[in-house]
Amino acid sequence: MQLALVHARYQLLEIIRIPVAVFGSAFFPAAAMIFFVVPFAGDDAVGATYATASMVTFSVMSANIFQYGVGVAEDRDQPWNPYTRTLPTGPAPRFAGRVLAGLALTYLSLIPVVVIGATLTAAQATPAAFLLALGTVAVISVPFTLMGLAIGYSLPSKAAIVVAQLIFLPLAFGGGLLSAPGEAPGFIETIAPYLPTRGAAELMWAAVGDYDVEPLALIMLGVWVVLLAALAGWAYRRDEGRRFS
Amino acid sequence: MTLARAEQASRRYGDVLALDRVDLEVRAGELVGLLGPNGAGKSTLINLLVGLRRPSSGRVELNGRDPRDPASRRQIGVTPQETGLPGTLRVGEVVDFVSAHYPDPVPRGELLDQFGLGDLARRQTGGLSGGQRRRLAVALAFVGRPRLVLLDEPTTGLDVAARHTLWDAIRAFHADGGTVLLSSHYLEEVEALAHRVVVIGQGRVLADDTVDAVRGIVGVRRVSLVADDLPDLPGVVRTERVDGRLHLLTTDADELVRALVTARVPFTDLEVRPTSLEEAFLAITTGDTPSGDAPTSTGRPITAAAGGRPTTV
Repeated sequence: MQLALVHARYQLLEIIRIPVAVFGSAFFPAAAMIFFVVPFAGDDAVGATYATASMVTFSVMSANIFQYGVGVAEDRDQPWNPYTRTLPTGPAPRFAGRVLAGLALTYLSLIPVVVIGATLTAAQATPAAFLLALGTVAVISVPFTLMGLAIGYSLPSKAAIVVAQLIFLPLAFGGGLLSAPGEAPGFIETIAPYLPTRGAAELMWAAVGDYDVEPLALIMLGVWVVLLAALAGWAYRRDEGRRFS
Repeated sequence: MTLARAEQASRRYGDVLALDRVDLEVRAGELVGLLGPNGAGKSTLINLLVGLRRPSSGRVELNGRDPRDPASRRQIGVTPQETGLPGTLRVGEVVDFVSAHYPDPVPRGELLDQFGLGDLARRQTGGLSGGQRRRLAVALAFVGRPRLVLLDEPTTGLDVAARHTLWDAIRAFHADGGTVLLSSHYLEEVEALAHRVVVIGQGRVLADDTVDAVRGIVGVRRVSLVADDLPDLPGVVRTERVDGRLHLLTTDADELVRALVTARVPFTDLEVRPTSLEEAFLAITTGDTPSGDAPTSTGRPITAAAGGRPTTV
């Protein structure tokens, strides 16, 4: 555990030394806040709160997909990674450190969205709801962390960047993150419950507002977690087998 | 006491047999050079010994345990062949990170000074020169006060001064009782440091002997000429005729040429070339009739590659 913190600390240091990498995952949701939420839903307290929660979900998704997908794939290219395996510890602390660092960066990337929501819109949340939302962020990070790990462990870094870029926008639009709950265009309302983004967004909406989650979206979110965990586990073991057996 | 051991260790990558039934023992206090051309299997052997890879067959051990067990690696230090340091971390941070894995690490300043990196603690590793990075990578092997360090081509890419700084550090470690296994494809480097040399070629241990003995073997020259019949000549290890040219592998080219001239042999187109390590070893070890006077210190033939267990000093 001590070592996991050490690994997390140095991985964070590595990333924070390249600030653009941190801004990257925070930028798109923050920009979407400014261009779409502030002008169109800014004055409506309920709408702005839901929209901010949607953008938080968006931010969590892109931060995780990119930092795990691209970060893991890049790490696998570096000789430093096998070197750490010659130190007197197994692969677990490095992996745990990566997840801790990932979670920390996810929270960091939410700051712009939350600040914009609080200052430029009428969005509001009680302290209890805010704390609940913070916890929900950790929960909804799970499927996207697994998705990122599956990409990062199965693809070379150049391909991982492309795949991460290809999937994050469709997931955001398709899950109805860019519309108010229940008000997305018809076909999106139809497919949304089947995408992991929707279940995650519903949990966020329920955390900050008076929202009844749709059971189908939650069930599908569970299915996604199982599927992505299997995929990530398979990719991890395959990579271990290729490089360390 | 044996710190590292390989027993009939083989490693296959797909169709390629990178290591072929290698036996090796590194005992406490030894400084062993692993000599061989590129692609001989040196790095594969080191990767097996540090637990990065599993042997396809046979056994490897560190301190009597499986190297893949983290506890077996507590008393070793490793420098891999490739220097991959996280570019955005500072030199001091990299040292601290590695230190965190050991119970009683060498203080950062002391370690960096020993490797001539004292002024660079606050520099990001991405901004270091290739030589500085290499020195840092080697320094990291010594952070945890190891009993055994495994250095994979530690001085590749270093200039002469940097190479000597590293050699001094390795010698100092050994003088303090440390054990070293280092690979190199430079005979010169192994000569400068090691007492015992293990020569690897095509995945096999070709020789395991003193530096002097091995120097005699790899000092083989190829003398080629066009001639009909040759009398018995001194020091010829192997003779072959290719496209009308005679190729003589010899341990003493000067003496051979002198003998050719004094014997008044009619020859044309004389050429004397050094042989590569690989060539010298393969010539001797796969030669159909290696002459009995192959120059080992003890006069015994080097037959490890013929499938026998390599001899040890």
